[in-house]
Amino acid sequence: MSLRDTIAAVPFFQGLPDAHLDALAGCAREARFADGEALLREGEGADQFYLLREGIVRLVMHWPHRGELTLETLGTGEVLGWSWIAPPYRWHFDAIARGGVRAIAFDARCLRGEMTSDPAFGYEMMSRFAAVISHRLQAARMQMMDVYAPPGGEEAP
Amino acid sequence: MSTVSPATQSAMVPQRWRIAGLTRELPEPAVFTWELEPLDGDAMTYLPGQFNMVYQHGLGEVPISISGDADSGPLVHTIRAAGAVTRRMAALSAGDVIGVRGPYGSAWPVAQAQGRDLVIVAGGIGLAPLRPVIYHAARFRDRFRRVVILYGTRRPGDILYRGELEAWSGRLDLDVAVTVDRSAPGWYGDVGVVTRLIDRGGFDPEQSVAMLCGPEVMMRFAATALRRQGMPETAIWLSMERNMHCAVGFCGHCQLGPYFICRDGPVFRLDRIEPYMGVREL
Repeated sequence: MSLRDTIAAVPFFQGLPDAHLDALAGCAREARFADGEALLREGEGADQFYLLREGIVRLVMHWPHRGELTLETLGTGEVLGWSWIAPPYRWHFDAIARGGVRAIAFDARCLRGEMTSDPAFGYEMMSRFAAVISHRLQAARMQMMDVYAPPGGEEAP
Repeated sequence: MSTVSPATQSAMVPQRWRIAGLTRELPEPAVFTWELEPLDGDAMTYLPGQFNMVYQHGLGEVPISISGDADSGPLVHTIRAAGAVTRRMAALSAGDVIGVRGPYGSAWPVAQAQGRDLVIVAGGIGLAPLRPVIYHAARFRDRFRRVVILYGTRRPGDILYRGELEAWSGRLDLDVAVTVDRSAPGWYGDVGVVTRLIDRGGFDPEQSVAMLCGPEVMMRFAATALRRQGMPETAIWLSMERNMHCAVGFCGHCQLGPYFICRDGPVFRLDRIEPYMGVREL
């Protein structure tokens, strides 16, 4: 299966017209990461994003004197990285492979160029990333709610 | 003048059960599991999802979901020490006697899930009311297509039934994923809320039945994630909690809209109960 066909089969890109799939494929390459290898590094330029095809990636923050804290894990079919969309185009966290990871890597400069030259493509990409960002924001809010904290009253499990 | 029927009177009288087995599941707040044997009659027949009123003599009663194997074995309750009665219950030992009346309420739609993907989404101690379904699906595995168990809890140290989750995870015919809201040193598993596991799919949303149990906020988010995957709300079931006292729809304490949670629930189909979830006045 060609990389373009692989991209076309991914739910995240479902429904995109051929021209948009061509644009994506022109900016994509396959990537593999070994256990513990970094896909992204905090502070480095956000010049790519990934679509995870297999494996788990940990989003990690390093705290001085406290070690590393895993904030979230991402799995198969999920998008990794959106800091490439908006300036200053820098990663806010590390992303570390847990076990072997297969992904499609998209060149952000290439994609931003395509999105600028074809506003319809740009709108499609922004819409899809806005949905991802929205879902992750809702999940982060739920995480903040601490929903499993013990209730005050006498309640059934 | 209103009268109480003999059947209702009988339903209000607890039977004596002895704590035959005690497992300390989690420390603070204490979560413990009782295996109970009857002193006043036969073993109890119940359906997955139903609950009992469990009575500590002289202190009070609490509604507790049944968390054992409905097809065999003893009556089992997993209880979190969350209030005055359950904190006292946490101090009981094997051999002590408690009161039980039940079973009450509606059950998980296990038969409806047959021939479909079974998606179980549990949060925190909400795994306890769903454990009978997992036992059933594991025993009669060929009656279901994929069996997906998604469990989320607060921290790695709060994972309920950890040994069983590891055993189910080791089976090739069960898809088990566990996540925690907050990581901890030594935790190598998933981090994030349980709805994020739903986002990863792994089931056919149009040919699935989902059963949800956990904090109400978690279930609302989980239902949203399932619908986003394409699952119809008529295929999503959840177990509700309210302040249940009589357990027979008599006292009205657990009323939610047109429903009494104790009598009409605790298991509801999403489309029937959703209009009343999150309504502040209720």
